[in-house]
Amino acid sequence: MSQGNFILREPEYESLLSILRKLLTDASAKVVFLVDKNGTLLASAGDAVGFDTTSLASLAAGNIAATGGLANLIGEKEFTILFHEGERDNMHLSVVAERLILVIVFDRRSSVGLVRLRVRQATARLAAVMAVALAAGDAESGIVEELTEADIESLFK
Amino acid sequence: MSFINYSSREINCKIVYYGPGLCGKTTNLQFIYKRMNPEARGKMISLATESERTLFFDFLPLSLGEIRGFKTRFHLYTVPGQVFYDASRRLILRGVDGVVFCADSQLTRVDANEESMENLRVNLREQGYDPDRLPLVIQYNKRDLPNVASLAELHALLNRRNVPEFEASATTGAGVFETLKAVIKLVLIDLKRGGRQ
Repeated sequence: MSQGNFILREPEYESLLSILRKLLTDASAKVVFLVDKNGTLLASAGDAVGFDTTSLASLAAGNIAATGGLANLIGEKEFTILFHEGERDNMHLSVVAERLILVIVFDRRSSVGLVRLRVRQATARLAAVMAVALAAGDAESGIVEELTEADIESLFK
Repeated sequence: MSFINYSSREINCKIVYYGPGLCGKTTNLQFIYKRMNPEARGKMISLATESERTLFFDFLPLSLGEIRGFKTRFHLYTVPGQVFYDASRRLILRGVDGVVFCADSQLTRVDANEESMENLRVNLREQGYDPDRLPLVIQYNKRDLPNVASLAELHALLNRRNVPEFEASATTGAGVFETLKAVIKLVLIDLKRGGRQ
């Protein structure tokens, strides 16, 4: 009925991370985040120390969801790219493989055109890794099957 | 849809507080935020109107400790309760792992509760969930106020699934953590069963 669980294993995580790192350099960006559409951060590259990444992930997902709702109202499936321009920093958000959001923060050292170009290149690679991650996740018999009632109770002690 | 990250060793789950306008969804999250150890909770975000009514959602991330070496993170969301924000409610339900239905116990809000519960079921179905199987907890809020419906009445109207139910007064915090614990347990048990597939 629902979408089940999404399991991200170490090899796919490392692949995603290396794509983000390359994108960070190629796009001359400050920081790059990969978020799932439910608002959870998957990975980031660049100097994310000053960011509240949990809030960023949640708001990015809300942003994509809200504009997706607007898209539906005019008969579009989704707006796959959003661009927010600030005085100093800008933010570029794009949908990857239908379930992820790629967030890029950049300043004057880069440009929207360059970011778009690099995002397009990175998107195909990210989508390929996601396909592997989803296939591997389906076959995974991981931590959740081993959970016991006692494990769950231990959280509340 | 829970997200399990083997690299950072985290389990992430999404819990949504649903219910009619002014039933106390935001107040639940505010109380949890106030009482949780600052190390166990992140920043609370409220996308609200100038008059403090929820416009899109409230968001509160919690980190509850480890199970078998995995950190457990719960993202709590509220929906805007007012009837005309239905499009936003549908969006927030996407990827949900468990729902707290927050009912307003006042007699004058009986119809609003029923309407909101029905709306929840419709919106869950639209998102591809079976409303009879998704982890659900019901909270009867505002029990401290006069002119409230009896528990038996509220149960008969709202709890056809016979899910765990709690009396609460979110302004004082009574019942708030009991509700939260119950939904977290249901979500984790459901996760163990295999993500409701």
